Amino acid sequence: MKSRRDFLKTAAAGAVLLGSNSKLGLAAALDQHTSKSKVVVARDAALHGADGKLDEKRVQALLDRAIASYTGYDKPVEAWKHIVPVGKVIGLKTNGLGGKGISTHLALVLAICERLQQAGVKPGEIVVWDRNARDLEACGLTINTDSSRIRCYGNDVSGFEDQQESWGVAHIKLSKILTRDCAMILNLPILKDHGMAGVTFAMKNMYGVVDRPQSLHAGNCNPGVADLNCIPSIREKVRFTIGDAMTSVYDGGPGFHPERLWRPNALIVGEDRVAVDHTAWQMIERKRAEAGVPTLEAAGHAPRYIATAADQAHNLGTNDPQHIHLLEV
Amino acid sequence: MFRSNWKWAVAAIVIVVAAAGTGCKKKSPFPASGAIAGWEKTSETRVYAAKDLYQYIDGDAEQYISAGVVSTSTSDYKYQGQLEATVDVHTMKDAAGARKILETGTKDAKPVQLGDAGFAYAQSVIFRKGSSLVRIVAYESTPDTPQALLALARGVEAKL
Repeated sequence: MKSRRDFLKTAAAGAVLLGSNSKLGLAAALDQHTSKSKVVVARDAALHGADGKLDEKRVQALLDRAIASYTGYDKPVEAWKHIVPVGKVIGLKTNGLGGKGISTHLALVLAICERLQQAGVKPGEIVVWDRNARDLEACGLTINTDSSRIRCYGNDVSGFEDQQESWGVAHIKLSKILTRDCAMILNLPILKDHGMAGVTFAMKNMYGVVDRPQSLHAGNCNPGVADLNCIPSIREKVRFTIGDAMTSVYDGGPGFHPERLWRPNALIVGEDRVAVDHTAWQMIERKRAEAGVPTLEAAGHAPRYIATAADQAHNLGTNDPQHIHLLEV
Repeated sequence: MFRSNWKWAVAAIVIVVAAAGTGCKKKSPFPASGAIAGWEKTSETRVYAAKDLYQYIDGDAEQYISAGVVSTSTSDYKYQGQLEATVDVHTMKDAAGARKILETGTKDAKPVQLGDAGFAYAQSVIFRKGSSLVRIVAYESTPDTPQALLALARGVEAKL
């Protein structure tokens, strides 16, 4: 593991991708040795017991391992101090759209909240959020707007900005939780197949940040997903993905289809949202092949928005495996 | 002659108004708590018009819209205080729409006697009856799940 001095010395490398105001690993975003976007896939085969139940105690350990591998710090608190700014409100954007069976796991949310607080973030500076109360409750969360504790509420409470924002085909109003309440967002999507987009993970999770997501589904969500992520507040504030791939749906998504449920027992972590989504897509394709399900291309919904997000016009990250440093731990 | 027609017209209007206010109101397909042994209805019924279906099922909405969904009603249930499940009732424009949805993705399913056609998996049941398509999903797999889901499905079927 590297020292704090080493870490700071190499920080400049990633600034290109993250922007100058990021306190996040920086060196981690673009691996300093390879100049590639770093993505960590951390797995624990014993995460689900024989009865299919998630072992919540192992989730914290898995998170720590993922973050340690990503940042280079083996002490979780030290690592988190480099991920989040001090004295700012941090948003945790979950995904509960699929209902109880296929939503961001509560154990992951709690594990992150625990580490944030140990790193000096006050409870009132943490906002767990999603589209609405139903989505949050699907994750096992309880609505709370009391700012002396960890807050948890949806866009249905905060409302949306009056001013419409546009980028490409995206003409939307943003949730005030993104624009006003939070300085930085940790993106906590859950990995799913998606009948239109192909894959829903890091970038697609931003559909839960806007007032009219239905307007972005045309063309298999391409270029809707990529355009939406170029909206400045999303590009700049949504800085880090801790993707929940502990449970997934490899076909028939994004709803809960228990017959197509799959347990990758993994977290996918990274700052480059395109590289994270590309990695997630490959995991889904491998599972589909194993299950004898056609590729997403053959099924008519390949996630082309990932390549669009990587193109010169969008420049949100890389989908080129040659430029992704994939670390499987 | 004219006077007689006028009376019939008034009588018809009275019947139509009375029917709209009471007897012809569409009944809920969702069994009440206790109506099916062990099952408790744990949420209010939520209803989504076709144009709002994305709010409920996001990208899944498209296949239902293209098959002619008119509205979707959903409610949560619990079996013996433990097993949670959700019942979705999609009201399609016609029976062909319900058939179209049912025919997709049931290759590993076991056919069951429900409505016009039905299939069961270990944790879910799907069937159609007329223009209704019903999907019931449990969030846990227990030895009781398949039979409990079938019982609930039969309760819904009887109310369609």
